[in-house]
Amino acid sequence: MMRELLSGNEAIAEGIFEAGVRVAVGYPGTPSTEILQNVVKHPQVYAEWCPNEKVALEVAFGASFAGRRSIAVMKHVGLNVAADPLFTFSYTGVNAGCVIITADDPGMHSSQNEQANRHYARAAKIPMFEPTNSQEAKDLLKVAFDVSERFDTPVLYRITTRVAHSSTIVDLGRREKEYEMPIGHDAESMRKFVMVPANARVKHTRIEQRLMDLQEFSNEFNKIEWKGKKVGIVTNGVARHYAREVFPDASILKLLMSWPIPDERVRELADAVDQLIIIEELDPIIEETIKVMGIDCIGKDKVPITGELSPDVLRRAFFDLDEAHEVIGLPDIPPRPPVMCPGCPHRGLFYMLKKFDLIVSGDIGCYTLAVLPPLSAMDTCLCMGASVSGAHGMEKAIKEEQARRVVSVIGDSTFVHSDITGLVNTVYNKGTSTIILLDNRTTAMTGGQHHPATGRTLEGEETNRLDFVKVAKAVGVEYVQKFDPYDLDETKDALMKALQFKGTNVMISTRPCVLAPRKIRFDHVVWSDTDNCKRCGMCLKLGCPAIERHEPGTDGEKFDVIVNDELCVGCDLCLQMCKFDALKRREG
Amino acid sequence: MVVDEGVTNILMCGVGGQGVILASNITSTAAMLAGFEVKKSEVHGMSQRGGSVVTHVRYGESVSSPLISKGRADYMLAFERLEALRYIEYLGEHAIAILNTRRMIPTTVSSGPFEYPDDIEVHLGRNIPVIVVDGPGIARKVGNVRTANTVIVGALSAKLDIPLEIWKAAVHRSVPPGTEEINMKAFEEGRKLAGSQG
Repeated sequence: MMRELLSGNEAIAEGIFEAGVRVAVGYPGTPSTEILQNVVKHPQVYAEWCPNEKVALEVAFGASFAGRRSIAVMKHVGLNVAADPLFTFSYTGVNAGCVIITADDPGMHSSQNEQANRHYARAAKIPMFEPTNSQEAKDLLKVAFDVSERFDTPVLYRITTRVAHSSTIVDLGRREKEYEMPIGHDAESMRKFVMVPANARVKHTRIEQRLMDLQEFSNEFNKIEWKGKKVGIVTNGVARHYAREVFPDASILKLLMSWPIPDERVRELADAVDQLIIIEELDPIIEETIKVMGIDCIGKDKVPITGELSPDVLRRAFFDLDEAHEVIGLPDIPPRPPVMCPGCPHRGLFYMLKKFDLIVSGDIGCYTLAVLPPLSAMDTCLCMGASVSGAHGMEKAIKEEQARRVVSVIGDSTFVHSDITGLVNTVYNKGTSTIILLDNRTTAMTGGQHHPATGRTLEGEETNRLDFVKVAKAVGVEYVQKFDPYDLDETKDALMKALQFKGTNVMISTRPCVLAPRKIRFDHVVWSDTDNCKRCGMCLKLGCPAIERHEPGTDGEKFDVIVNDELCVGCDLCLQMCKFDALKRREG
Repeated sequence: MVVDEGVTNILMCGVGGQGVILASNITSTAAMLAGFEVKKSEVHGMSQRGGSVVTHVRYGESVSSPLISKGRADYMLAFERLEALRYIEYLGEHAIAILNTRRMIPTTVSSGPFEYPDDIEVHLGRNIPVIVVDGPGIARKVGNVRTANTVIVGALSAKLDIPLEIWKAAVHRSVPPGTEEINMKAFEEGRKLAGSQG
């Protein structure tokens, strides 16, 4: 048997292969992206990126209806987008098994909120599984598919950043024979899969019964790890490992199947121990369910409801202990937030937006980093696709003169994800805002994935490339400009024309991401001539990490500007900022 | 009962793009090949964009949490000087710190109100030994400045009870194909340097 050190995401990809899944789909989103990227290693599984999570879940539904196992993969907020098909999929049930992976991000390492997606299992009345390490991440998937078929239900499979991006040792296995069911094409199948009210009413009664059957299964499946009788703990996900480290003598009920909650096992544990503690990240879903059962327990009165848990957090919560040795007299430590890369094509545009003092309706992507100083050029960021529709709302709410200053910025992948409808709305309702499409030809923030406008599929095959100019024209945009964001004058010019145009108009940036699909370096780097430098600080306004300010400077100057030639890629933006010929090209 | 007794805790920190992830891959692979249970935890995503990066590597007979608790790290590998200070509270009483000389000025210093602290060794070395490694210098001498991270791992290897043969296998399995030899050279330079220190 092969043993490997795998991340939770790599292990799930192996689980998808081993479980005989035929169709695997999703939309990239941290911390879930590597799952589908690793599935591609196995040509036996068909895998694709979809434009968004709703489409992905519907594709997975279709594959299940057609009688083959399928899986849809997304980050937690992606499930909001896919919530519409999810709730009714619960009613139809499956033909072959279908699992939906939701990758939650407690602590918001790379997300705009930290919603607890365990609510979705309760709300949609479907089962949820939660692996706690990589081996379980692979193996539990097979259980999830069996449960999906046995109980005729889609299954939610929840991981968190700490499971997705932690690596533990995994024993690999073989691929199971593919589960095959004939496609339904008769009156019975229509009653099952066509959700008109008459059919759905029958289904609702059935899914209430299904929940009770699932609870019985949950009681058999979830096990108590018996140790001492003083403290009993009910826990889920990675928190189980933190609980074990902090409470080495406690008996623990770990909920690998976290919905429905196994009431009999909970009672058994509660009856046997002096004190029952619930340790769960984010919202008190287990705790509330247990309290409704009339069982007294400690939960969110001690365990924080916000952020990620850790052994440190639990020790502080229960024992008021902080084991870090005290470090006295430390200087202020400068934060090091993520920044746009050196040579990033977004930088020049946002510098101009800031200079024009525009109201910027933002969106989800690398460019959201423009909110940080020194660029500080974004006013809103809500969710995928909200920039264009949000800008339209702003414009309709305020006076025309002020409305002229509203622009929306959106990335190529995000535009395809959910902003085409926003653009249709703006044109339809006679909006005059400027939509700036930052087409860097990849899904950059998640590490460079293909999408419908890159011309390649997840599996690397050539395919149709969505043409943004044609899309804009087709929905009725009259004025579309392209601009080179490495040329500040050209960018400024395009922006002025756009702001003067009385009607919905689109600006499209023409430079690709400097990191993906391949690293871009021009044939030179920039160096700074400190003799010419007037220390005006203009170049530092770009916030380029390659342009460093060193204190104190030479010859009694307050500081020197030094261009780090290991980081500089030679985009020349800073050359255009310098009026004193202090920044120069050097062959690199 | 003490959980996680005998677990070795290694905290690695640096800046996105420095190869911190690769260094933790080499180390955790070596621990696995040596027969230990291993857990390695990292956060991707935003950290690729030049932000602060930290990974936790834990190995031993049995490991529960993938995260190291504050005050319990046995080793800290700081690939960038300032980042060592950011995670200083993780250091255990008997920890050893391996500090790369690399200095990367964050934008909060270049175009913000902060100052880059210059007495990092003093703070770090108040209670524990610090091995300073000129990663970029050694890597350049070896012939590829991108192997600085492997130099640092080499330095760590001199302090851990994992045989050299296993480290070699771990380096070979983890580095990009075609760079095995140069990475191995970098590794050995780091190992030599730390073997004579601390």
